[in-house]
Amino acid sequence: MPLDHNPDKKDFKVVGHVKTRPDGVDKVTGRAKFGADMFAPGMLHAKILRSPHAHARIKSIDTSKAEALPGVKAVVTAADFPDNPDLLANEELVNIRYNVMARGKVLYDGHAVAAVAAVNPRVARQALKLIEVDYEVLPHVVDVELAMAPGAPILHEDLRTNGEGDEPTNVARTIEIGHGDIDAGFKEADFIVERTFTAGAAHQGYIEPHACLANVSGDGSGEIWCCTQGHFMVRDFCAQICGMEVSKLRVTASEIGGGFGGKTTIFIEPVALALSRKTGRPVKLVMTRDEVFRATGPTASSSTHIKMGCTKDGVITAAYAELHYQGGAFPGAPSDMGAMTAFACYQPKAVKALGWDVVTNRPKQAAYRAPGAPMAAFAVESVVSELAAKIGMDPIDFRLKNAATSGSRSSYGPTYSDIGLVETLEAAKAHPNYSIPLGPNQGRGVASGFWFNFGGQTAVSLNVNIDGSVALSVGTPDIGGSRASMCAMAAEELGIPYENVQTIIADTGSLGYNDVTDGSRVTFASGLATIEAARNAKKVLCARAAKIWGIPEDAVKWEDGCAIPAGPNAGEFPPLSIKELAAQAGETGGPIAGHYEISADGAGPSFATHIVDAEVDRETGRITILRYLIVQDAGKAVSPTYVEGQMQGGAVQGIGWALNEEYIYNDKGLLENPGFLDYRIPVASDLPMIDTQIVEVPNPGHPYGVRGVGETSIVPPLGAVANAVAAATGTRPQELPVSPPRLLKLMKDQPLAAE
Amino acid sequence: MTHSHVTTTINGDTVDYLCDAEETLLDVLRDRLGMTGAKEGCGTGDCGACTVEMDGRIVCSCLVLGAEADGRSIRTIEGMAKGEELHPLQRHFLEGAALQCGICTPGILVAARALLEKNPNPSETEIRYWLAGNLCRCTGYDKIIRAVQNAAAEMRGESNAA
Amino acid sequence: MRFESPATVAEAVTLLNEATGTVYPMAGGTDLLVRLRSGFVEPDLIVDLKRIDALHMIVQEADGLRVGAAVPSAELNEHADALAGWPGVCEATGLIGSTQVQGRCTMVGNLCNASPAADSVPALVAAGAIARVVGPNGTRDVPVEEIPTAPGRTSLKKGEIIESVLLPTKPAHSGEAYLRFIPRTEMDIAVVGVGISLTLDDSGICTDARVGLGAVAATVLLVEDAAKALIGTKVDDAALDALAAACSAAASPINDKRGTIEFRVEIAGTLARRAAKIALARAQQN
Repeated sequence: MPLDHNPDKKDFKVVGHVKTRPDGVDKVTGRAKFGADMFAPGMLHAKILRSPHAHARIKSIDTSKAEALPGVKAVVTAADFPDNPDLLANEELVNIRYNVMARGKVLYDGHAVAAVAAVNPRVARQALKLIEVDYEVLPHVVDVELAMAPGAPILHEDLRTNGEGDEPTNVARTIEIGHGDIDAGFKEADFIVERTFTAGAAHQGYIEPHACLANVSGDGSGEIWCCTQGHFMVRDFCAQICGMEVSKLRVTASEIGGGFGGKTTIFIEPVALALSRKTGRPVKLVMTRDEVFRATGPTASSSTHIKMGCTKDGVITAAYAELHYQGGAFPGAPSDMGAMTAFACYQPKAVKALGWDVVTNRPKQAAYRAPGAPMAAFAVESVVSELAAKIGMDPIDFRLKNAATSGSRSSYGPTYSDIGLVETLEAAKAHPNYSIPLGPNQGRGVASGFWFNFGGQTAVSLNVNIDGSVALSVGTPDIGGSRASMCAMAAEELGIPYENVQTIIADTGSLGYNDVTDGSRVTFASGLATIEAARNAKKVLCARAAKIWGIPEDAVKWEDGCAIPAGPNAGEFPPLSIKELAAQAGETGGPIAGHYEISADGAGPSFATHIVDAEVDRETGRITILRYLIVQDAGKAVSPTYVEGQMQGGAVQGIGWALNEEYIYNDKGLLENPGFLDYRIPVASDLPMIDTQIVEVPNPGHPYGVRGVGETSIVPPLGAVANAVAAATGTRPQELPVSPPRLLKLMKDQPLAAE
Repeated sequence: MTHSHVTTTINGDTVDYLCDAEETLLDVLRDRLGMTGAKEGCGTGDCGACTVEMDGRIVCSCLVLGAEADGRSIRTIEGMAKGEELHPLQRHFLEGAALQCGICTPGILVAARALLEKNPNPSETEIRYWLAGNLCRCTGYDKIIRAVQNAAAEMRGESNAA
Repeated sequence: MRFESPATVAEAVTLLNEATGTVYPMAGGTDLLVRLRSGFVEPDLIVDLKRIDALHMIVQEADGLRVGAAVPSAELNEHADALAGWPGVCEATGLIGSTQVQGRCTMVGNLCNASPAADSVPALVAAGAIARVVGPNGTRDVPVEEIPTAPGRTSLKKGEIIESVLLPTKPAHSGEAYLRFIPRTEMDIAVVGVGISLTLDDSGICTDARVGLGAVAATVLLVEDAAKALIGTKVDDAALDALAAACSAAASPINDKRGTIEFRVEIAGTLARRAAKIALARAQQN
């Protein structure tokens, strides 16, 4: 059935006016139950023993002393996750199992080696110290360029680039995208800038550590309660890794204390499941902060070479990128996303981007808000601003001159539908922040950013209750207030008050499969499915009214929460409200519901332009963010304050990445800063208020014009901050984070270079 | 003695518990008393998610031993609303979208209440520095600071809390 | 593990002295509990000092202000006499951790934790503070710079605790200040910390100075050469340059996750210059 898309819909009654969220009161009173907040009778506590080495062969593991400790109920190792045919058929899952529990070799500092379930956490901790692991330490590599170099320590003897070749390598994949004649493009250019940039690995830094509670029954069926961005993913992965039938495992998503992409895979859930199966008791497993940093999924770190050329009139003629991303111990670094997004804001005549996905002795990277894009945008936006400066053009004008527009061909291939980059640039230029005078040692930076946004598999079920209120079940964990938006869209469609809809995140036993909450997809895809489910429910409601009135179904229509005769020929009947129809449901055909399942397409990309003013202390290299503006296209903002919140949160994460956040390894390949003390995310006193402006260019792929907004906002800040620092100091940061020692050194090495 | 018998006051109620010597107040609140409003984000006093008030000062309950609470007076997020009536801070956090995931929210609310009880009219800078030990990764702090300012204005009796 | 909270100093000393195994006195606990939780320490006994009333006092004595070992930093920073007389010590102590940590952490705990990057210690050194040590063999007064001997190690003997610290009264026209460098605005450990105390004569000539330097060596340093650079001058630009050079010269830091050697050496001088200007302005007002 074709969707009834009406992105130009303007007369919203609920959408756009959302005030409070359904989960809000529980979250301000401490009642909300997050991952670690669940308890079960007879529950055991589990702890994981982790590798103290970056790379080592496991010669033996002796768990006997730990098992003998009073209070210890079970110990598991890789041997407790045996092969099964479904698992072995899926290479990604085999890697996930290896990441969950090391087999043969440990591949990074913090890699899980064994786990203990005991009567309390103190006994479990004690037991870990009694597990004897004999390691043969191997040479390690944590740097992307070193890992690509000949003679580098090899992580996986069987890894071949793109599955081809004879020699073992750390380069898992390469990718190339582009179009046009790149050499001709550079020949056409009057100015060319070529630079190499590096960005450190950042961590999502969600405040809630991973936590789960697993309970396997004597009949082999099990339940997991956990904080995740996708409980269907948890169910499927855990079942296959633990050799269970998928239907025998039910997963409930707890409230989630931040994810940002980092909770789109599994780490501890199969371990708790295996321990519960072994002990016959519920097992709770909660990571410490140290474990979160050492053994979950930070971003890739990157080394990016950019070459861009433009005419003296400011037309970009050629854009070339080489992106080297290390993504930790297993393949999957998002160099492909980096390559595709790098030039997506512009329309160079010729474009070419090459990506390398490299494995190193670090924890396997996981998604982080627009994965792969921020570090590419840092490099490209730095060069774009440098080109603008070279030809003496205002950086926004330069971007406007080259901006991707509706109907233009994207640098990664497809043609754009309606997009809003130009609108963000124009709004940014007109904003008062852009003309505030700057003082000494202050600089202004501009950068734009792009993110694809995703759709994906989605199932929604909507039930009309006996009193006409509505129970909506969605399967995408709410990581930023999406339940409020679902309530709003269902209420809008049904013509009932916002307060009459309650949305829950249903468990995996109650609803069809849903992809994880990622790719800024929820308000778009679950929203789309919610609207369609409501439309299906309306059809049922109209049919019931038709039955009551004794007229054909097509003679009834739905308006303002009531069934009414569709026209004068249908007869004269007073409206039947949803409440009245619900009350009679038993007599008119049974429960009234609507559901919808889709593999959603048409997410509609989102663009943003950021302006930052920064001040540099020339004697210490310290950078202060003075003011910050985000202009972003939301398509249609369902909950404007939450959209602003997404924009602000993403931008501040980007600021952190630009200024101070990075994984720091020592010469043994051990992580030096696995805590919030030295992994320095921004604190309240580091920041000014973050100004926002929402632009609405409706997405033709959504009934209300909605676009995802969650990720784009982390794409521009790295480049914007770097550009502000360059403007303030006359030296261009090419290494992020531009921490005080780095900036001080940079200013000394390149005092006031011309730009 | 490896177990301590502790008698303390939590949100005005007298509470007795036994705890191991190495258990923190946070462990006790969550695991022994079922009060899971305070969260463990780091266990090292760096994130503030476990903030509670002890004898009038905010503390990280992960940096207090359970045994130390004997004879003290503790206030937690669970005691902040009076029945159905939310504290102005709680209400302004809701209305101003000052929370996204909500994991840091209890700690920030407890810390912000202590600030407003000490200083009813803090500047933006004072709020930011007071809350510097409460990490929030979702919001970028903007709406949190505004919610505190708005709640403070309302509590001072100023009508325009915009 | 055992936990004891004695009511008197004598009981605390007895407990600490007679215990076998690993024993820790605890004041605010903001360092100890972190190490306990992470498994770095496995104490057999923790002796909580906060139930000892005598250790909660801030008392004006003939030769200075005596601050008890269990006085939390927040309380010190609410004490009018402390703030007026020892602004450098107060601001240094007030920089330890978050608001939450301030309600628990103590100046004496910070000293005994013996971190080279401890914020309060360079300021205490600059202020010429004297620690009163109590132990099984009685009481002794020790200059604070002699307490830490290496990272995590002190000169205290078994059974000894620091009962209080005396902040000696300053002559007229004295001022002190503490500055630290951190990458963020809060919540970091000092990359460099500088405490400076100086005294002027009626004509504005510096007659006495003490400079404490943190996070640039295994222990907090009392930098004599830095003091000499100020004494006899009007703390003018030339003197400040000499001060900065002396501080940079005294620094022998390491490269680590918080800063490079090059950076720390330079920042030691930069911060010394800035702290001296603040101390000078304060001295001129006193």
